[in-house]
Amino acid sequence: MSPTDDYLVQVRGLRKSFGENEVLKSIDLTVNRGQVVALIGPSGSGKTTVLRSLNGLEIPDAGVVHFAVQHPVDFSTMPTKKQLLQLRDRSAMVFQHYNLFPHRTVLQNVIEGPVRVQKRSVVDATADATALLERVGLADKRDAYPFELSGGQQQRVGIVRALALKPELLLFDEPTSALDPELVGDVLEVIRELAAEAWTMVLVTHELQFAQHVADHVIFMDGGHVIETGPPSEVLVNPKNERTRQFVHRLLDR
Amino acid sequence: MTEPLWDLITRSLWPIVGGAVTGTIPLALSSFVIGLLIALGIALMRLSKLRLVSGIARVYVSIIRGTPLLVQLFVIFYGLPAMGILVDPWPSAIIAFSLNVGGYAAEVIRAAILSVPKGQWEAAYTIRMSPAQTLNRVILPQAARVSVPPLSNTFISLVKDTSLASLITVTELFRQAQQIAAFSQEFMVLYIEAAVVYWVICLALSSVQSMLEKRLDRYVAH
Ligand SMILES: Nc1ncnc2c1ncn2[C@@H]1O[C@H](COP(=O)(O)OP(=O)(O)OP(=O)(O)O)[C@@H](O)[C@H]1O
Ligand SMILES: [Mg+2]
Repeated sequence: MSPTDDYLVQVRGLRKSFGENEVLKSIDLTVNRGQVVALIGPSGSGKTTVLRSLNGLEIPDAGVVHFAVQHPVDFSTMPTKKQLLQLRDRSAMVFQHYNLFPHRTVLQNVIEGPVRVQKRSVVDATADATALLERVGLADKRDAYPFELSGGQQQRVGIVRALALKPELLLFDEPTSALDPELVGDVLEVIRELAAEAWTMVLVTHELQFAQHVADHVIFMDGGHVIETGPPSEVLVNPKNERTRQFVHRLLDR
Repeated sequence: MTEPLWDLITRSLWPIVGGAVTGTIPLALSSFVIGLLIALGIALMRLSKLRLVSGIARVYVSIIRGTPLLVQLFVIFYGLPAMGILVDPWPSAIIAFSLNVGGYAAEVIRAAILSVPKGQWEAAYTIRMSPAQTLNRVILPQAARVSVPPLSNTFISLVKDTSLASLITVTELFRQAQQIAAFSQEFMVLYIEAAVVYWVICLALSSVQSMLEKRLDRYVAH
């Protein structure tokens, strides 16, 4: 991939420590528009921290996050509130544990952002939300509370809640790892459709088979470093690096 | 000659209940509402990252919890005039009780806010809600559910504690009973009568509490 590609976000030299624990040690990555990037790696390698940094939920100690057209945010100085908000505006996160608002119905969860933050009318936002819920097969759950839904249904609502804001970048943090195996398929199907519609996304996942099908680009992280990047046919099928090879083989059970 | 006991009880019931309706209940309600606002402010200060701000809140809570309510009431009623600030009995009582509720409820509200999972803040932030919106629309509604039982206890205690206001001449339930008792010399009967009226009020409040808990529980699995 050349730097002249139509990138949506470029990350350079991202570092983050929690106390003594250096979690990200100079991470570089680029996400092009319309691309699905799979972020894989062992537990504790820093995948979640990278996603959270892109969404302004975590403030890195150093490095630059540059969303296209916008001024790059350089974390070597403390970012301003405005910079963080601008950063957050570009993406939306889908969480491992869904994090739906338990005191609000499915519809209320989905329209909260559009109505309260983007100041759209309730009627408009509801129409859009209803269409999105229909797409993920949850039209009939519109007025249910999250506790009345299965994990797979809750996660699909989580995805719709993120989509409703029309973000340029979707961030998925192991969206299926909290689900019972029989519920994983429905959620992956939704992600597959979004990929087919050319949504740009970064997907942290342990579902390597799925990553192989859906991703345009794979990034393998270990110990706070990017170890290997490339198309799935290389990183997941013929990894060059020994650590990647071990990780991939263990997960794919080859 | 003494009047029959039953006559005394029925004759005094009206002024005592009247004292509850025009004294005890408005005093408790207004102090509770103002107290909750103070408590919310103190709780948020306690959660502040700024050491000075959280320190001030901590000292406030410590003073309120570490001193008797009666002393707090007297400091405001007798102490402030000594500093040239004259306060009538009613406002004195409301100020003292509000400040007191503020201290106790602050800890309840703080614990309730902390009991809401961190993921709820993050979910709100990722859909770009501001910290104030997050607090109002996501965190406090969930904190409210867990704080209803302890805040109900605070309120019930407050209703009983308002009897202290009789000592600064606020005409409420207990002062009515005292005055009739002094006049009729039937202390036992009137104080028991007052106790029963407090008890009935508190029973009613307990049932309001369970109703509220049920209502706020409607969106969680059982
Ligand atoms: N808020 C935090 N405070 C302290 N340490 C943290 C914090 N968040 C993450 N860490 C640490 O940072 C390291 C990387 O965490 P991260 O969640 O990014 O890893 P991950 O690759 O997403 O792992 P997993 O696959 O288990 O989700 C871990 O060692 C973790 O303990
Ligand atoms: Mg993670």
